[in-house]
Amino acid sequence: MSDPRLPATFENPGLPPHVHRAADTDPRAAKRAERQVASLFTLSILSTIGFVVSYFAVKSDTEAFIPFIGTTNLLNVLLGVFLALALLGIGFGAVHWAKTLMPDEEVVEERHPIRSDDETRAKAVGLLEAGAESAQLNRRPLLKATAGTALGLFALPLGVQLAGSLGNPTKALDELKSTIWDVKDGKPIRLVRDVERTPIKAADVSIGAVFHVLPETIKESHHVLEDKAKAAVLLMRLHPNDFAADDLGKKAKSWGYEGIVAYSKICTHVGCPVGLYEQQTHHLLCPCHQSTFDVTRDCEVIFGPAKRPLPQLKITVDAEGYLVAPQGFAEPVGPSYWERKK
Amino acid sequence: MNALAARRRHPAAIALLLFLGLALVGATYSLFAPKPAQAAVATADKVADGKALFQANCATCHGISAEGTKSGPTLIGVGAAAVDFQVGTGRMPLSAPNVQAPRIEQVKYSQEQIEAMGAFVASLAPGPAVPDKATVEAEGDVALGGELFRVNCSMCHNFAGSGGALTRGKYAPALYGVEAKHIYEAMITGPQSMPVFDDKNIDAKGKASIISYLKTVETQPNVGGMNLGNMGPVSEGLFIWIFGLALMIGTAYWLGQKAA
Amino acid sequence: MSTASSARAADLRAGDPKSSAPASASAKKAGAVASWVDERTGIAKGASFMLKKVFPDHWSFMLGEVAMYSMIICLLTGVFLSLWFIPSAGQIPYEGSYLPLKGITMSEAYSSTLGISFDVRGGLLIRQIHHWAALMFVVSLSVHMFRVFFTGAFRKPREINWVIGTMLSMLALIEGFAGYSLPDDLLSGTGLRAAEGFIRSVPIVGSYVSYMMFGGAFPGEAIIPRLYAVHVLLLPAVLIGLFTAHIILVMVHKHTQYSGPGRTNENVVGFPLMPVYTAKAGGFFFLVFGLLSLISALVTINPIWAYGPYDPSPVTAGSQPDWYMGFADGALRLLPGWLEFELFGFTLSLNVFLGAVLLIPVMYTITGAYPFLERWITGDNREHHILDRPRNVPTRTALGVAAITSYLVLMFAAGNDIIAIRLQMSINDITRAFQVLFFVAPILTFWVSRRICLSLQRHDRDKVLHGRESGTLVRTPDGQYYEVHEELNEFDRWKLVGFESPAPLALPSGKDANGVASKDAKKELRRAKWSKFFFTSRVEPVTPAELAAAHHHGEHEAIETPAGAGAHAIKQAKHD
Repeated sequence: MSDPRLPATFENPGLPPHVHRAADTDPRAAKRAERQVASLFTLSILSTIGFVVSYFAVKSDTEAFIPFIGTTNLLNVLLGVFLALALLGIGFGAVHWAKTLMPDEEVVEERHPIRSDDETRAKAVGLLEAGAESAQLNRRPLLKATAGTALGLFALPLGVQLAGSLGNPTKALDELKSTIWDVKDGKPIRLVRDVERTPIKAADVSIGAVFHVLPETIKESHHVLEDKAKAAVLLMRLHPNDFAADDLGKKAKSWGYEGIVAYSKICTHVGCPVGLYEQQTHHLLCPCHQSTFDVTRDCEVIFGPAKRPLPQLKITVDAEGYLVAPQGFAEPVGPSYWERKK
Repeated sequence: MNALAARRRHPAAIALLLFLGLALVGATYSLFAPKPAQAAVATADKVADGKALFQANCATCHGISAEGTKSGPTLIGVGAAAVDFQVGTGRMPLSAPNVQAPRIEQVKYSQEQIEAMGAFVASLAPGPAVPDKATVEAEGDVALGGELFRVNCSMCHNFAGSGGALTRGKYAPALYGVEAKHIYEAMITGPQSMPVFDDKNIDAKGKASIISYLKTVETQPNVGGMNLGNMGPVSEGLFIWIFGLALMIGTAYWLGQKAA
Repeated sequence: MSTASSARAADLRAGDPKSSAPASASAKKAGAVASWVDERTGIAKGASFMLKKVFPDHWSFMLGEVAMYSMIICLLTGVFLSLWFIPSAGQIPYEGSYLPLKGITMSEAYSSTLGISFDVRGGLLIRQIHHWAALMFVVSLSVHMFRVFFTGAFRKPREINWVIGTMLSMLALIEGFAGYSLPDDLLSGTGLRAAEGFIRSVPIVGSYVSYMMFGGAFPGEAIIPRLYAVHVLLLPAVLIGLFTAHIILVMVHKHTQYSGPGRTNENVVGFPLMPVYTAKAGGFFFLVFGLLSLISALVTINPIWAYGPYDPSPVTAGSQPDWYMGFADGALRLLPGWLEFELFGFTLSLNVFLGAVLLIPVMYTITGAYPFLERWITGDNREHHILDRPRNVPTRTALGVAAITSYLVLMFAAGNDIIAIRLQMSINDITRAFQVLFFVAPILTFWVSRRICLSLQRHDRDKVLHGRESGTLVRTPDGQYYEVHEELNEFDRWKLVGFESPAPLALPSGKDANGVASKDAKKELRRAKWSKFFFTSRVEPVTPAELAAAHHHGEHEAIETPAGAGAHAIKQAKHD
């Protein structure tokens, strides 16, 4: 049934006939467009003046109430809105001008294949070959070899300088293992409150409480943030019966003091502080990636991307009843790394 | 009406609805601001009144002498502060079993009734008492309060007190519009998932400072403009994808349209 | 066929004053300056080439410009910020005007950012424009990439530009992350804390690299100045270099255009740079800048004063990176812990390494390689300057939708805690659901979007064959009703039929001429299988013969039965 005279596919019908805009045919419409564009530019001018005036006239702490936003800073709003109007006036004006008054008949530009023609290609190849030949690249292998090697190596000094001076990585493995909980002179280290830096008596810790704790040695630290980043500890008191009856629970309890247990606050996943303690479930939750640790079972991971339990800090009390750590962590705290077990 | 119906499925409609919804919730919030409380004096009468109220309204879950049942914990030793917090913020009585008792603006009992129940619970065993006005409204150090807040509270309640998620559907509630007294009571009693921050953990001055900090943050202007709920980069990302991109595409669309 | 029509001069409108008068004094002066410059640079040759350049009009072609302008706005505002920002991690007590932080010990970086926000007049506005523009930059370049992908604009000769764009996109993420970390507030510091954990997870060298980058133990005082150098010097230089190459290649290739009447593979139809696109694109810069200023005037971004200074001990609920890093953060939330294990006494943390270190390069490698993969499958070695309508290449479109779906699953997973609290759901359930969705959702959306493409194509066919529904109902003398269909004019029709729908490559025999199984033949077989996957589901464009047949048929149809049209459409679909 198909007509043999019909082509196999449709043919491009070419550009459709041009439709004139109102401003092309009606002088009044053109005038109107001109006025619109001019008013937009004028808006921009006025807004720029508004910006400058507000900059000097409005006090920086003046408050203003704006619906949907609430009380906000007047200067910020005025500067922003005036700047926006100054810019939008120019933008809308220019585009409206282009749309209404500049020619709107589409223009056709021919394309040409991107590739160069064969002659040009041959010429380029010829030039390259002639150049290589005249430089005697192939006739003098010694030059070729040494030049190649020199070029290959020239970035090395820069690379060595950079890599060698960025930071000393030789201390990495030792430092990742140690914290300022490590006892140096045989004297157990007191646990102190994170902000107030005051020591904590065992009797101060009620069941259900959580203390954010640092070692007392933080007071002498010269690298407070670096030391804190490894030494931050969470101290919780559970009812002794709340610990699991299995080995993990027993270990947790025995490293603690009358149900008070201390765990590293640095997540074993990527190192966020695991601070969210649910005192009813005894779960610790990390706010960054939701790793959940069960305090009653030695902070075993019960949910989330972390693999390892939070390291426990062994604690006891000193003669005055203050909580102390007789030794540092038994394993590196924080995120895993390749040589962690070494 | 037709125009409205036609734009019902407009991409901006969802955002607009969301925005209106949020605004409505905000407005409702401010309407039901909690009322100030009077100091409680426990008398024998009060204890008796409280006992009657307790047995009529709370005993089903907490047991006839507050010893606790399968559906509610024991209240022996929780103190009047716990009662004042739980009932005073509308969390108790619990309307339906849930992972967590939500704060409800419509408090079911009068302050006298709450005090009576508190007196009864306090009479069972010693526990934290309702803090007096002077303690709660003591002048605090805002900067110290901020520091204490970030170390002890913001991991659950978020940097601005907008609240955050806990495990299995539990959550740390937002702290906006909460009476200073109730914040104080929450710290000393450790309601639900929240740990206890009694005076031996954060002293009274520290607590007053935290409250001062929260109130400062709540009342200070949004200097940068709309705060998008103070939820951090997630709301900023949503905003730029929905509103920012819509503005840009809308403008580009207008730019590409042939003029009339 | 090409319809050549030369650019005509701006036609004067009836009311316009004629400017045949001799050149004014100012015009003469401008001419003199131009002549001076040209005699020393020969710029007129380049200018006359550039000013004639034609740009097609379409809103989707402006997405790349939004990205370009956002980047320029970032550069501009960044210069402002650099005048007041102090890239130092040295600890000092805060003495500025924001009272809730008075006297708190903090880094100079944080203190100076507070200074910009509270003590430099208009500083907060500039900071907010900078940050909103940065978010807009990544949003618009992503959407621009989607546009280029779904329209097949990456095909020959534009593969190199696609690869450059891919690199720009990846560098933008790193540039953004570096900038986000600079204020040294609690949130960004937590981000750096996690980044340190990511680096540590790299097998063998992780701990050393971390120590080198941070200049010692985390956080140290080195990372802020180093990130600053990367953020304001190194990456902007690379970004601008790549971006310049990107634009030059656009000039060399000339812009692509959508299929339409008069638009062919050998021409480009649109408006010249002078004057229309100077005004439109130039004006658009001001529009983008203006809109970003408006947003920055009214909406807070990154209220660093509320987060407090960085300290490794505290943390805030809802700790997230900026949205463009969300997908990597989401991957970290979804990867299970058992991916960490011991190997000959060494620890391998794949639960971190996969999501935090490998994901980004792998994602961008696949993205960058796609044009080459598709070319290998299709065996199409021609130049393409006419864009595909996404529906006309269903498999590519479906692949793109599936890829975006997996990306979205990861991105939303990074907000699992915010979703949990906003929708009152369990964070555990949400995380589990996302873990499942990561595998299931892309398959589902692939299948669904390919079906949608095919049905849209059938709808197009229907429209060509039977015209568009006019909304006019006609009652026949014998009481039946039918809707009058208006036939498309040839210009509208061309938009729907002007595309190719290649058939899959024929399955090779797998043997060479002598009947021996060859290595090449195996490769060809694999290629044919992919080709089948790519092209099997397809709808061919209407041919003139089909249209003629439909007319012939339609004449009866209109009289006979209105249901005939529907039945015919179904038959057509089956035929496909």
